[in-house]
Amino acid sequence: MSETDYPGVILADDTPVDLDAELKASNVQEVLDQLDRDLIGLKPVKTRIREIAALLLVDRLRKKFALTSETPTLHMNFTGNPGTGKTTVALRMAEILHRLGYVREGHLVSVTRDDLVGQYIGHTAPKTKEVIKKAMGGVLFIDEAYYLYKPENERDYGAEAIEILLQVMENNRDDLVVILAGYKDRMDKFFHSNPGMRSRVAHHIDFPDYSAAELLHIAKLMLATQNYRFSPDAEKAFSEYIQLRMKLEHFANARSVRNALDRARLRQANRLFAGKNKSLTKIDLITLEAEDILASRVFIEGKLDSEPETKSVRQ
Amino acid sequence: MMTNLGNRVTQGQFSFLPDLTDVQITAQIKYALGKGWALSVEYTDDPHPRNTYWEMFGNPMFDLKDPAGILMEINSCRKTFPNHYIRVVAFSAVRGVESVTMSYIVNRPKKEPGFGLVRQETDGRTMRYTIHSYATDKPEGERY
Repeated sequence: MSETDYPGVILADDTPVDLDAELKASNVQEVLDQLDRDLIGLKPVKTRIREIAALLLVDRLRKKFALTSETPTLHMNFTGNPGTGKTTVALRMAEILHRLGYVREGHLVSVTRDDLVGQYIGHTAPKTKEVIKKAMGGVLFIDEAYYLYKPENERDYGAEAIEILLQVMENNRDDLVVILAGYKDRMDKFFHSNPGMRSRVAHHIDFPDYSAAELLHIAKLMLATQNYRFSPDAEKAFSEYIQLRMKLEHFANARSVRNALDRARLRQANRLFAGKNKSLTKIDLITLEAEDILASRVFIEGKLDSEPETKSVRQ
Repeated sequence: MMTNLGNRVTQGQFSFLPDLTDVQITAQIKYALGKGWALSVEYTDDPHPRNTYWEMFGNPMFDLKDPAGILMEINSCRKTFPNHYIRVVAFSAVRGVESVTMSYIVNRPKKEPGFGLVRQETDGRTMRYTIHSYATDKPEGERY
């Protein structure tokens, strides 16, 4: 937050200040509400975001009384299984921090190991620095951050990237927020072997898995944004599908749901195309029927759609 | 150049003004970023006005959103070459322009010895004149 927000004017000690007005002025409530609407479940995540928002708002009020305090470190670590919404929340985070005036531009630069670590000696530092410079004024999101550190190869350049990151996270706290993301167990190992990183990341947020009901809710939300909808039967079929799918391997929460919906759309298109009655209404075009979902191999064989086909059964 | 008190090199924008502060530099960078120009940092220890190609300090910085990154680069250049001339250059890739659109000095040596006038007698009674920086009498890297 820049000091120029309230130039020169320091309020008297007993001046009442209005937290609600400040909240309204920052438009942050709007973002929080949108977060509530768009992201199903994720209780601990939302709570933490609310806390951070509150802290930054109170900090703004304190500035009015010239009560200076250290800029809070907002580097974060998102852990959770695949498809639990880490990237989505990181995007929102950039927006929220921008509204609160913590970051100046509010853009998100999303990178992985490839973007930070070079291929030969002397390549890593400029590469990492370039990414950091691009992310300044916004949020640097490092997906699968644990890949940065490869203990089995002591000549790996990842350590160099981590070193530069640490330096920037400490010295340029006002300029950028670093968000690390990855699977829980691997991130724990990563922090264990990089204690410097652990101490510089203030917020560790764990993304819980979704329940079946939440996943159904997410599916409906996804369909609504693409102008599709379930027929009542299809909804029932899809909730059964989720139950079955959750038990299978490689279940990636919302991502699996999205893929299942994409396949259902394919089948719907195929069904409409094969149907004898070619005069369709808008309702036909937007409705996914139960048969589009029940055709999944999860029902027929108890296998994933993405697995190679077996010869015996074909749909 | 000769009438310039204190022998300050006047090249690029703002060079007749007092040195820019970091806040002012940041504001200028912000303006350039807003126009979509790519900025880079360059340095030299040869102050001759015809010396247009300065050494690049790192690559030009494309796709930046915030001036902080460029200021960081300026500061690391200042740290490496505290007694060199350092300038910020903004490049516009707009078709038809495709060249430097902004250029200003952000660091200069503590003592600038200035330029001397060199006279050369040529054919007949013809005189040729040129300017010569006192600093360049010394080899590169030891000038300031």
